[in-house]
Amino acid sequence: MLDLGKYAVAVYASWAIALGLVVLLVLITLRQSAKAKLDLDAAEARKAARHG
Amino acid sequence: MTETHRTKQAEDRWNWLWEWANPVKFMSLSGKILPWVMGLCALTLLPGLIWGFFFTPEAVNFGSSVKIIYVHVPTAMLAINIWVMMLVASLIWLVRRHHVSALAAKAAALIGLTMTVAALFTGAIWGEPMWGTYWAWDPRLTSFLILFLFYLGYMALWGAIDDPDTAADLTSVLCLVGSVFALLSRYAVNFWNQGLHQGASLSLDKQENVSDVYWQPLVLAIVGFSLLFVTLLLLRTRTEVRRRRTHALETRERMADA
Repeated sequence: MLDLGKYAVAVYASWAIALGLVVLLVLITLRQSAKAKLDLDAAEARKAARHG
Repeated sequence: MTETHRTKQAEDRWNWLWEWANPVKFMSLSGKILPWVMGLCALTLLPGLIWGFFFTPEAVNFGSSVKIIYVHVPTAMLAINIWVMMLVASLIWLVRRHHVSALAAKAAALIGLTMTVAALFTGAIWGEPMWGTYWAWDPRLTSFLILFLFYLGYMALWGAIDDPDTAADLTSVLCLVGSVFALLSRYAVNFWNQGLHQGASLSLDKQENVSDVYWQPLVLAIVGFSLLFVTLLLLRTRTEVRRRRTHALETRERMADA
């Protein structure tokens, strides 16, 4: 653990919020990407089934 | 197509860009470059942040709070630059009607919103010990808050309109209007001198720059954050293209069933 003196709370809070938001954004992006891919695959499969 | 038209098209120096407008080509090209961008992002972002957090000394006037710049400056720069990217994509949509560019602008909005929130919070946390307050109605802070509201409004507008082309038209116009505040966020410090916020941390004018010991890891972190943006933008635009295709297939299914 670094000794950040009297600014420790400010530094840790800033990093935690910024990196937390970025991680959350990455997770949302990956989840939406996976869902969109699954939905499209299902729609393409239905289309293929209709057209034999 | 006439011979002259075909020749003009072949000579268009922006052909490399317009190739991305074809959804099939976009998916193919973006799929190929994504792993490379992700790799470069990991190679720059992680070392930049580790260097900035663990291996930079305390500053004379700011103590260890100087380490906040490694998350504040890149997120603030991206918050503004992402809006500018959305502006360019929106203009391409309005002028050339390329769907991928409208979808890229839509895909970028959540990234820009996240960066704006991160910049506002990290700035407020840094401001309290330095200025004695978390918030002041300073020109740059205020224009940044308005930029945050524009991001929210932009995303809400996309969600509120069913027809994708109409949504793309209206959000593009909103993006043009919001660009005033994106530019103000960047240049407000230069216009009004009474604000609390200091000038640019990085500048071509060497006298304004932070010293090299802080500047070098900061540049690395900025490059890393920018590559993170490109990675997320490609991923999110691919998601939007897939959603559009799914929507088209489902519409056709419903019409066939009717």
